[in-house]
Amino acid sequence: MGAPVATPPASPPSGGAPRKPSKGLPQSGSTWHLSDRIGLAICWALGLLFCAIAVAIVAYLFVQGIKYLRPEMLFTPATAGFSQGQTGGFSDAFFGTLIVATMGIAIALPVGVGVAVWLVEYGRPAALARVTESTIEAIAGIPSIVLALFGTVIFSSAALGFLSRTSEGVVFGRSFFGASAMLSLVALPLVVASTREGLSAIPQHVREASYAVGKTKIATARRILLPAARPQVATGAMLGLGRIIGDTAIIVVLLGATQNFAPVEGAAFPFNYLRGAGTTLTNFVYEASPTGNLNQPEKAYAAAFVLLLMVLALNAAVDIVHRRARKVGTWSS
Amino acid sequence: MVVPAPSHNGNGAATPSGFSGARRSIGSPQFSIRRMEVDQLSVSYAAREAVKSVSLPIRQGEVLAMIGPSGCGKTTLLRSLNRLTELTRTARVSGRILLDDVDIGLIEPTLLRRRVTMVFQQPNPFPMSVFDNIAYVLREQGSRRQRRKTLEPQVHSALDRAGLFEEVKDNLDHPALRLSGGQQQRLCIARALAAEPEVLLLDEPCSALDPQSTQVIEDLIVNLRDDVAVVIVTHNLQQAYRIADHVAFMYLGDLVEYGAATTVFGSPREKRTQEYVSGAFG
Ligand SMILES: Nc1ncnc2c1ncn2[C@@H]1O[C@H](COP(=O)(O)OP(=O)(O)OP(=O)(O)O)[C@@H](O)[C@H]1O
Ligand SMILES: [Mg+2]
Repeated sequence: MGAPVATPPASPPSGGAPRKPSKGLPQSGSTWHLSDRIGLAICWALGLLFCAIAVAIVAYLFVQGIKYLRPEMLFTPATAGFSQGQTGGFSDAFFGTLIVATMGIAIALPVGVGVAVWLVEYGRPAALARVTESTIEAIAGIPSIVLALFGTVIFSSAALGFLSRTSEGVVFGRSFFGASAMLSLVALPLVVASTREGLSAIPQHVREASYAVGKTKIATARRILLPAARPQVATGAMLGLGRIIGDTAIIVVLLGATQNFAPVEGAAFPFNYLRGAGTTLTNFVYEASPTGNLNQPEKAYAAAFVLLLMVLALNAAVDIVHRRARKVGTWSS
Repeated sequence: MVVPAPSHNGNGAATPSGFSGARRSIGSPQFSIRRMEVDQLSVSYAAREAVKSVSLPIRQGEVLAMIGPSGCGKTTLLRSLNRLTELTRTARVSGRILLDDVDIGLIEPTLLRRRVTMVFQQPNPFPMSVFDNIAYVLREQGSRRQRRKTLEPQVHSALDRAGLFEEVKDNLDHPALRLSGGQQQRLCIARALAAEPEVLLLDEPCSALDPQSTQVIEDLIVNLRDDVAVVIVTHNLQQAYRIADHVAFMYLGDLVEYGAATTVFGSPREKRTQEYVSGAFG
């Protein structure tokens, strides 16, 4: 987990206390002022505090999750019932999360990578590039509930009726298609930012080495630059996935937040499901929590535990990609 | 730094004072064919003129070394030979450059850059295996189609021409960025040779390397000159003296002197050349 790690800076930070005129580099420790030491101690303490909080959350969810999670919950749909033993599992929410994650990143990844390549490698026309940049920054700052509202307007339009349920000429507008499309916007800025970072880190002479053997810009981007930036692309995708599976607002507003899949009759598989409403784990946790309509805290813990495992798996995947890339090596300077 | 002279190269020519070691490229080459012709080339970046009306020939069968103080336009001149300057938005090029009597402005840049390839100062293998680094050059734009078997002979011969094959033949699938610096640079030379170019441009190829790797690459360059026209930019005058047949001395964008290596180093016509060549050696 990303707890801030405080390391002593190479040179003492300029605190309030007047500095002794130091000759050359400060020696380790001996030239540290009291204020610096106190500051450092506070940093360490905060770092440890965050670590403790993170560990507490994870440990608590693990304990509760292992206690309450039964594997069959992942494959049993929720049903109405009077006790927690009768209400089934949360398979629809589990698969709902997998569906929005897959579809959301399937849109965000190619678009985000394409935008990043265009911004870093072409950036022309410059005005359009600047507008794109600020648009993406703006999207990153918009609360997802606002994106969700915007999404209902779009996906309730008659032209997009084929993406959701339509009855008596009224477009319902809530579907896996609509929710995934809006969720991809949540992930997009992370994919773009991370990919751009990866591309910008590649030395210019590496690109030129490819151009200098007669390769076009596109071939260079596809065969050299993107593979070299793969760890950062993966990081962006994983961060984006994390945001997608963690989002609730768009699910409630744009997916319908029903407790079960609500496939559209008459449509072919899998479009009947994708055009229909549904739910995800975040929404299930919310509904199952003591404040929600279902009030089944044990299942809320079980579902939250599944979510946590997914996030941890994403972190591990990023780690593996980075470790692989380190084996390939990188350029000096 | 004195690099030991290779034993196979005796040297009859008088050594100008200050220069030690034997010239590897002794005597006049067996033959030489004019491959490129630079005619009144000027390059400017925005308002700054980096190369001023330079004319010189580039011949196969010999090594041309470009020397001169930092910022005098050597890299710029080199990059305009395969139109890499076009990638710098502020660069404006005027004058004419002919490749086999055809104006390079009329040649498709991607084709031109396969006929005039370039090796850079920093070793820059692509982040893939040794084999794929060469195969990348042989394949069509972006394509991955051709089978490994069909490319193998060409990959091996390119590595062989760069004197690298024996060292890496068992490790063709290893990541190229895990090779030593000298091996990486020879891989870059192999890559540049894989395109079967007519002209090979080298921009300070040894400046990031140790003396031993430098010597290996110098030998390689001298051996290559019969197959391709070689142009090398170097800050190391000893190196220029050792491997060049012709030398071009540039200063502040001007081509001050162009001539046979022995002349430029032994009895330069221009005072500025004299100063630069002797100054560097006290
Ligand atoms: N991309 C660029 N944009 C603007 N000016 C440039 C650019 N590249 C080079 N210049 C300028 O052109 C002049 C010649 O540069 P060039 O790199 O050709 O010199 P050089 O002889 O290769 O120097 P060095 O020996 O240090 O490599 C320099 O004054 C440099 O500042
Ligand atoms: Mg240079």
